[in-house]
Amino acid sequence: MTSEAIRAGGRVSERQVVPPEERERNRKRASRRNILSAMLFLSPWIVGFLVFTAWPMIYSAYLSLTDYDVINNPNFIGFENYAEMMSDPKILLALGNTAFFTLVQVPLYVIVSLALALLLDRAGRASGFFRTVFFLPKMTPPVAVGVLFLLLFNGQTGLVNTVLGWFGINGPAWTTDPAWVKPGLIFMSLWTVGASVIILLAALRNVPETLYESAKLDGAGFWRTSFSVTLPMISPALFFIIIVNTIAGLQTFDEAYTAFFGAGNTTYSNDAALFYVIYLFQQAFEFLNMGYASAMAWLLFLVIMIVTAIQLLVSRKLVYYEGDR
Amino acid sequence: MHRVRSGLALTAATALLLTGCAVGTGGSASDDDTDYDPDAELSGELSVMGFSGVDEVATSRVEYTEGELGDVDVKLIEGDLDIQQFLSAVASGEPPELLYADRDQIGSLAARGALLPLDRCIDGEGIDMEQYRESAVDQVTLDGQVYGIPEFNQVQVTMANADLLSAAGVTIEDVNGSDREAMTAANQALTKSNGGALTVIGVDSKLPEFLPLWVAASGGSLLSEDGRTASLDSQEAIDSLTWAVGIYDDQGGFSKVKAFRDSADFFGAGNQFATSVLGAMPMEQWYINVLNEVSPDAPMAFDTVRTTEGEPIAFAGGSAWAIPSGTQNAAAACRWAKLMTSVDAWKVAADARLSAREAEGKPFTGILTGNTVADEQIREMVTSGGEPWDSGIEAMYEANDHTVSLPANPADAEFEQAMQDAVNSVLNGEATPEEALAKAQETAQKALDEGWQTIEERGGE
Repeated sequence: MTSEAIRAGGRVSERQVVPPEERERNRKRASRRNILSAMLFLSPWIVGFLVFTAWPMIYSAYLSLTDYDVINNPNFIGFENYAEMMSDPKILLALGNTAFFTLVQVPLYVIVSLALALLLDRAGRASGFFRTVFFLPKMTPPVAVGVLFLLLFNGQTGLVNTVLGWFGINGPAWTTDPAWVKPGLIFMSLWTVGASVIILLAALRNVPETLYESAKLDGAGFWRTSFSVTLPMISPALFFIIIVNTIAGLQTFDEAYTAFFGAGNTTYSNDAALFYVIYLFQQAFEFLNMGYASAMAWLLFLVIMIVTAIQLLVSRKLVYYEGDR
Repeated sequence: MHRVRSGLALTAATALLLTGCAVGTGGSASDDDTDYDPDAELSGELSVMGFSGVDEVATSRVEYTEGELGDVDVKLIEGDLDIQQFLSAVASGEPPELLYADRDQIGSLAARGALLPLDRCIDGEGIDMEQYRESAVDQVTLDGQVYGIPEFNQVQVTMANADLLSAAGVTIEDVNGSDREAMTAANQALTKSNGGALTVIGVDSKLPEFLPLWVAASGGSLLSEDGRTASLDSQEAIDSLTWAVGIYDDQGGFSKVKAFRDSADFFGAGNQFATSVLGAMPMEQWYINVLNEVSPDAPMAFDTVRTTEGEPIAFAGGSAWAIPSGTQNAAAACRWAKLMTSVDAWKVAADARLSAREAEGKPFTGILTGNTVADEQIREMVTSGGEPWDSGIEAMYEANDHTVSLPANPADAEFEQAMQDAVNSVLNGEATPEEALAKAQETAQKALDEGWQTIEERGGE
């Protein structure tokens, strides 16, 4: 008898000896042990999620139904905060500003990221150097970017208008003219495209060379190849960037707050830069309306949920996942 | 049934947990048990939030006060007051023992019960409130109760570039606000542009922050003395805003002036006065020291800001000490506030500053405090820096003797925001002064009414 046969025989005889109830108990015990092990490994994240995400969300939902100034105990007022939001003109202003910023910034951000990634893809050996260069601005703290915005886009002496002046263009007052404040902030946000460029570059390099060769054999030109091969193959990465930047756009705060509402600009502000989260912050920590600010936070959560859901629905038709087909 | 019971229990537990989370301190604590006595031996811990002074004026007084406090363990929490940090401490039920804040923050915090009224502290420690500047005390008095002990004082002074004034054929009297038509004309004479770009700002009327100053200078006020009624849409406010915005419009609009102003090396040797790109502006008195320090040869001219009647006027600002509700050591906090703002402490600070300035071979330009007795004594110690700086210090002290302020109110932040929003919308060309101020009046009055209602409800608890 071979050793395999002996081991097989052993198993057969064990199955015959151990009663089914006992086997079931053993299976359940092993399953419990596995679950426990899994939970132990997952527990740091679970605890972190419960303490720092789930609980604050539940608590803010409760606070949104109260009149709460942080100093005194919350006073339950039902849906009054939500009703007040409907008649607060600044909510509409802030939502409008945020929507404009997101609608313009996200496509521009994606286009610039993709363009840079395409360039890097052809950069050969220098690619590594440029990847680092493009990524470096991402490391800059947003507060510094806000200050930088005021310097670079200063309508009188800023570098941007100086460069525009070389081409005979009289640049606008980016930081003080309400019509140009948001466009200026959008351009400034392109400063941090580095991370998206890296993601898209990785996606571009994962497109199988054979697909390009086949397209070439079929006589496809640059545009045909781009639209029929490149874009579908990198569509998951593009979709990821769009989703993440849309959420970031709807939550934009740091740069605009630093430039127009923070220290150094404690008195002059510009309604054109009043984004939703800035107004939320003002309600919470300047006017001490924490209950109202919580209600605002939930409205924003709802908006983000709806926008993301729409994007997910649309993505089913536009995003190509290799494993799905 | 079991599930229903479990659900109810979970709901009840969650509700308890939710309501129990927000601890707060408002209205729950008083200092009734505290024995304020100037001769009492004090002990325990004293955590101080918001005081970040690191210069000799701060450190010398801290040293003096710590020595006088005796066996109290003082902990200075680093940094300027971060309202988020303070609110977090309050929400967790562990506020600091003492708070150092801008005086215009006191009203809102007091209205919500975050601060203790200081009547017992003042009586018990024997703090002489008469020694403090009236306008400063008004800023920390809400509904007849004092909530803060004034510390520093800030006033505005008219600062101008004498060379530019002379070249334009105008004088400092033309830009001090006493004659607004003359100031408008002087602005036009001083302003210079090159191909559409501003090269010299004639006059900077310092909007939006100085609207209350201009309104007060024209005999008006944005808020009633009892802090209950806004008058943001008064004729004085409309006229002052229209005139002050016109100063910018004559230079191509606020947008251009602000952009040019933002590009200046404000604290450096290349400041607007030293580089002759600014004719005149009202500015807080501390900037005299900055200019003297970084550009001692700048061709400066100084005067007070003046009312339309020609009298000196300044809008007082500054800081104060306040004791948060729920403090664990109110007695030490009160003693600290008394000592840090005492004449003796200020004299120690003035001595320290004088020595430091002498060591650098520079003049001692004085310190403005909320304490009138200390101010008088420190003024005697001022050393000459020659002209024009001596005139600047003279103007500073004159302004300090003619201060006005907005009274404390329960909606400080909302009131100020409404005013600033109005001014900004006019500056940005989005509304006329009448429209903007009418809207601001409505917003501010609503916030004030709600704030006072909160106080009344709290009083009835």
